[in-house]
Amino acid sequence: MSLLEVKDLSIHFKTPGGTLTAVDKLSFSVDAGETLAIVGESGCGKSVTALALMRLLTPSTKVSGSIRFEDRELTTLPERQMRDLRGNRMAIIFQDPMAALNPVMTIGDQIVEAIRAHEKVSKEAARKRAEELLELVHIPEPRRRLDEYPHRFSGGMRQRAAIAMALASKPSVLIADEPTTALDVTIQAQILHLLHRLQRDLGMALILITHDLGVVAETADRVLVMYAGRKVEQQGVNGLFEQPLHPYTQRLMGAKPRLEQDSVGTPQRLQEIPGLVPQLTQLPAGCAFSTRCDMADHVCHSVRPELKSHAGHGLIACHKSEQLDAAEVAAAVATKGIQFIERAPAEQPLARVA
Amino acid sequence: MKKPGKYVTRRLLQVIPTSVIIVLLSFLLLKTAPGDMVDVIAAESGGATKEYMDQMRELYGLDVPAHMQFVHFINRVLHFDLGYSFRDNMPVSSLILERLPATVLLSLSSIGFALVVGVALGALAAKYRGSVLDTAISVISTIGFATPLFWIGLMLIVLFSIQLRWLPVAGMVTVGMDYANHWEYALDVARHLVLPALSLGCFFLSMYVRLTRSAMLEVYGLDFVRTARAKGVSEWRVITRHVLRNALLPIVTITGLQLGGLFGGTVVIETVFGWPGIGRLAYDAVAARDINLFLAIFLCSSLMVIFMNLLVDLLYVVLDPRIEVAQ
Amino acid sequence: MSAATASIDSVVAAVEPTRVAAIDHTSFRRRFFRSHAAVTGSVILILVLFSAAFASVLYPGDPRDMVAQASIWPGQDAHYLLGTDMLGRDMAAAIFHGARQSLFIGFAATSLAVLVGTVIGVLSGYFGGFVDDSLMRFTEIFLTMPTLLFTIALVIILGPSGGSIALAIGLTSWPQIARLVRAEAMRVRQYDFVSAAITIGMGHVRIILKHILPNSLSPVMVAASVMIAQVILAEASLSFLGLGDTTVMSWGGMVGAGRAVLRTAWYMTALPGLAIFITVMGFMLLGNGLNDVLNPRTPVR
Repeated sequence: MSLLEVKDLSIHFKTPGGTLTAVDKLSFSVDAGETLAIVGESGCGKSVTALALMRLLTPSTKVSGSIRFEDRELTTLPERQMRDLRGNRMAIIFQDPMAALNPVMTIGDQIVEAIRAHEKVSKEAARKRAEELLELVHIPEPRRRLDEYPHRFSGGMRQRAAIAMALASKPSVLIADEPTTALDVTIQAQILHLLHRLQRDLGMALILITHDLGVVAETADRVLVMYAGRKVEQQGVNGLFEQPLHPYTQRLMGAKPRLEQDSVGTPQRLQEIPGLVPQLTQLPAGCAFSTRCDMADHVCHSVRPELKSHAGHGLIACHKSEQLDAAEVAAAVATKGIQFIERAPAEQPLARVA
Repeated sequence: MKKPGKYVTRRLLQVIPTSVIIVLLSFLLLKTAPGDMVDVIAAESGGATKEYMDQMRELYGLDVPAHMQFVHFINRVLHFDLGYSFRDNMPVSSLILERLPATVLLSLSSIGFALVVGVALGALAAKYRGSVLDTAISVISTIGFATPLFWIGLMLIVLFSIQLRWLPVAGMVTVGMDYANHWEYALDVARHLVLPALSLGCFFLSMYVRLTRSAMLEVYGLDFVRTARAKGVSEWRVITRHVLRNALLPIVTITGLQLGGLFGGTVVIETVFGWPGIGRLAYDAVAARDINLFLAIFLCSSLMVIFMNLLVDLLYVVLDPRIEVAQ
Repeated sequence: MSAATASIDSVVAAVEPTRVAAIDHTSFRRRFFRSHAAVTGSVILILVLFSAAFASVLYPGDPRDMVAQASIWPGQDAHYLLGTDMLGRDMAAAIFHGARQSLFIGFAATSLAVLVGTVIGVLSGYFGGFVDDSLMRFTEIFLTMPTLLFTIALVIILGPSGGSIALAIGLTSWPQIARLVRAEAMRVRQYDFVSAAITIGMGHVRIILKHILPNSLSPVMVAASVMIAQVILAEASLSFLGLGDTTVMSWGGMVGAGRAVLRTAWYMTALPGLAIFITVMGFMLLGNGLNDVLNPRTPVR
């Protein structure tokens, strides 16, 4: 039994233009101590999924399916018990650390609030713990920093503080929703390393939501690729980088800026994925990616592909999956000038490449 | 990092030119008016001799040129002497002090009522945005804005004083009543206070409702509220410590400004309810061309506004850690 | 600018958000008719304007003339639907004629305030620097003065007439408009087309007339609509205090007069008050509606 098991999770929003399906029958599981990366472009439903796991979506949002966490069904759990889990057994950090902290509360008070929401400890004891947490996330002079307001912290420091807050009750799963997107490149690497180390040291599961494949290569064990609210591919990180199965994944890799091994600093042309992400209200009848895929035929446009296992090492939702064996992909890629990215060695931050 | 001392001094110094200009302006205004106080007294007494009027003007310092009158006035103000009201035969300062408690009582209770009820309703409307409750609350607040204060007062009198006979019609105390103790007196005043405070509070209430609602809605959309919920904090704490706390600034501002306008803002309601306060005093002073009295009230009101602005600025420094007073 | 003054702006913005972008005519019309507030407000105002325009036709003669027995309650006599007052004057006639006074003062004082406020605001925002500093100091003085006391003083001094009331209220209302226009002017001033106009040697007056003012139009329209409502309330207060123009009928004055017989004939107080309320509500709804229509940020419900 996995730590977290999501089955057929669907999320619908009511909008003036009709009901919109942000996430469509998504299933996945996460084991203790493992890192699952959820990858996709903005608007593909990955952040909504994160909020749904924490049950932080607005009440008007319709969520169906099942979310089992530590033997409890979260979708039907009373709000009171759900609140006990939040920030306790499961925690989340958000994309923009500038906005994620209350500007009129000191960092210390905000961490203490997180601790005392779940444990009956004295203010002094909680404060001591808060200091240790700041130390854990490598904030210098933690005792002094406790009494400062967020605006005096840099972006990276705020994200560290947010992580400290999330770890207040030693959660068994941490959801990181684009944790480095809003940060400077140099800081991104530091935060990723920190998350990676903390995950290892505390033995918690990490769900890493990102659109940055460099981040995935760096930290993930398994990868789930989403497109327009649907899972299109899932496999181990090595497999994904060696042999991306879905045409969308292949394109996503092509869209990533890279450095040539021998010519560091030489700018490379970014390969864009042609076309636009379809509006969630007007998805094509068949494969959601069919409007942008150059392999698509009439079956792709009209019949929705089921998720099936591919060559024993991954899941893929594509009608063309049989044609997509390694050789052909390699050939197709060669003719289109797409290169694969190998998994970067751990000591070398972020994306490196082939 | 924060040294408010210098800042306060600087802001206090800014007050002086503004006050002088305001007093000058109002002084000129009353001077351009046809007829002075002596004319009014003469007219009321039904004709007075020229000699008598000259004598009066000399006595009251009205025989010197206007600019000298102004200089005299400023000079006296600097010595904390607000002059003498010839009409009431009393020093202006004692007249004002005598009326002040009534106005302060009325204003504080109406603003207090409006603040508590208004913020609560505004918070409810924001929390249940788009619901029937929200619509109802915003309809009530729009009605509060569109209704003339004096009319609300009069209608309340019709209902509660004339029809139901629950509360007294006007005044601050029951005339000719003997009080056995302080409690009885306080109760009597409280009974007289209900209707005027409620009428005056109606307008403030609408303002607080709207302000709180829009300020809180703005804060609800911010990420840190989501962070607070993600921490597993109770909804009550999310609303009070995070949302309301951040929506506090505009509420504090409005409260400050309204308290600042306390002196002059109660004229109408004091008239409706025969409330013996500053507003009514000011109105009588202008009508009777009692220039000293009116100028003094005008000056006090303006200073009050300036002072409250200053206080709001200082409160900001306390309430919003992002504002750091620059040296 | 002090934090308090800055915060007043944010407060004003919170109460009546007026960050407005230009919208073309067709979409304006569509959005306007979809806004309940704008449509309801317009309907009310058309009725009020109608009463003012046809008062002399429907109720010819001076509404201050005695026409019937005194103190007929509304509904008691079919000929005097709204009854008569303590002097035997037709209440309906008085209310119809009273609409004129309210609307006249409302439009006159608001026009004055918009004129003064726009000139001061545009100069302040467009030229900035010393001009801005001194004009804003001047505005701040008007904001600091106790408005109602100042208005009362002015009316008593000038003598209570339609003109003096409009002048007094207008003179105390313009700072709101000035700050609004100043902010808009400062915003538009930064745009490239203004720099371009300066570069090609266009005069300041032409730039202000061609570029700055048209861009400030929408927020001023919204603010003016809400301001008319406030002016009508202020005029009613003055008339109620006995500082109105006694030569014409005014709703505030009627309430003030009716007060004397509140015990026996409260309808004399209630009816004109209701008229004030309805008219003010009309302008407020129109203002709120225009704000929804002109401000694309707020969705039209």
